[in-house]
Amino acid sequence: MLRVDITKQLGEFSLEASFESQGRVTGLFGASGAGKTSLINIIAGLLRPDRGTIALEGDVLDDTSTHIHVPPHRRRIGYVFQDARLFPHLDVRQNLDYGRRMNRLVEDPAQHKRITDLLDIGPLLDRRPGRLSGGERQRVALGRALLSKPRLLLLDEPLGALDDARKMEILPYLVRLRDEGIPMVYVSHDAAELRQLATQIVMLQRGRVTALGGVKVLS
Amino acid sequence: MSEITPAEWTAILLSLRVAIIATLVATPFGIALAWLLARRDFWGKAVLDAAMHLPLVLPPVATGYLLLLTFGRRGLVGAWLADHLGIVFAFRWTGAALACGVMSFPLLVRPIRLSIEAIDRRLEQAASTLGAAPWRVFATVTLPLALPGVLAGMVLGFAKAIGEFGATITFVSNIPGETQTISSAIYSLIQTPDGDSAAMRLVIISIVIAMGALIASEWFARRALQRLHGN
Repeated sequence: MLRVDITKQLGEFSLEASFESQGRVTGLFGASGAGKTSLINIIAGLLRPDRGTIALEGDVLDDTSTHIHVPPHRRRIGYVFQDARLFPHLDVRQNLDYGRRMNRLVEDPAQHKRITDLLDIGPLLDRRPGRLSGGERQRVALGRALLSKPRLLLLDEPLGALDDARKMEILPYLVRLRDEGIPMVYVSHDAAELRQLATQIVMLQRGRVTALGGVKVLS
Repeated sequence: MSEITPAEWTAILLSLRVAIIATLVATPFGIALAWLLARRDFWGKAVLDAAMHLPLVLPPVATGYLLLLTFGRRGLVGAWLADHLGIVFAFRWTGAALACGVMSFPLLVRPIRLSIEAIDRRLEQAASTLGAAPWRVFATVTLPLALPGVLAGMVLGFAKAIGEFGATITFVSNIPGETQTISSAIYSLIQTPDGDSAAMRLVIISIVIAMGALIASEWFARRALQRLHGN
């Protein structure tokens, strides 16, 4: 379970969000500028809230009243960015292995094979990110986040930078991932996308949560 | 042009040794300072930046004299180092290396700083969400991506160090075999009757070394761009 109750002032923009999510895939829905990315950056620990708490499965990650702030690298929260952010100096294999090395996890060839098969990235392993298409890059970014064995996966408009054909290419992989059972927070401004993936919706408007509930709140 | 004499060889090898040691010792400090200037905001940053550039704009003789006052046998730091650690800079090749390191430092730092500034910080964020602690982010993402800039800075610093004259001769004088580098050897030769052809040989050698360093520096700069574009 993810519990969020925070405020954050970012220049003129103020973010004030409070929700609890039991869902396997929490869809964070809102127009651009609603504060979705700031909110998941706070969940990831990349931004510190001005006030409030973040807790994951009872584990307190942020609590401003007791000055707790677990840094991002100790949160075990995976993050798939809109722009993939693969390491340009490493090939796909090394990118995929990065999280395992940094978390000092033992090698798990079975898991590695399962993820590369799930995302069909086996043939790309020896390529550099500069030689991948947008869709391929996003699949590798998904695999890289998954292989760090996160407790929660954040996805920030992972289809946002892709054209419609590429979106259709990635969507089935995301559905497969959802059925793997890893909890996710999925950010999107596209209601249709969330209807396919989310099990619970948090609607965000101008920095405030305006609706909470099942996918039917999208209609 | 006849052959290079043993005395000239001594000067050439000494210059190479001085410049290589100066560059290798200065590089870790240069990386640390470049990172600090590129990534951190702190009180006195502008002053630190200006102080680091000072050897570039100050007359080299002035820098050499300041080094003599500080690191000479009676200098504040020099006396302490000699008494406690047995390290002596005055009139030794180590002093020449110190002078060259100080003089080339701004040229060493600049390309490193630029390449750190050019790194997409979002890649470092991505690394931290994958479990990398800050120093591991630096070691596995920042430094490898800045490496071409580090090498370019080292090459430029080396080129400057090997040609340094004013600060070196002021600080450690012009002692053959100990502190007489190519530059000070040329200076001595052109003041000696019949020294012209020997001076010319050393000038040509200087040109070859400097050209090599500049070409290598260009090559590293091009590699840097390729690396950042992920090809």
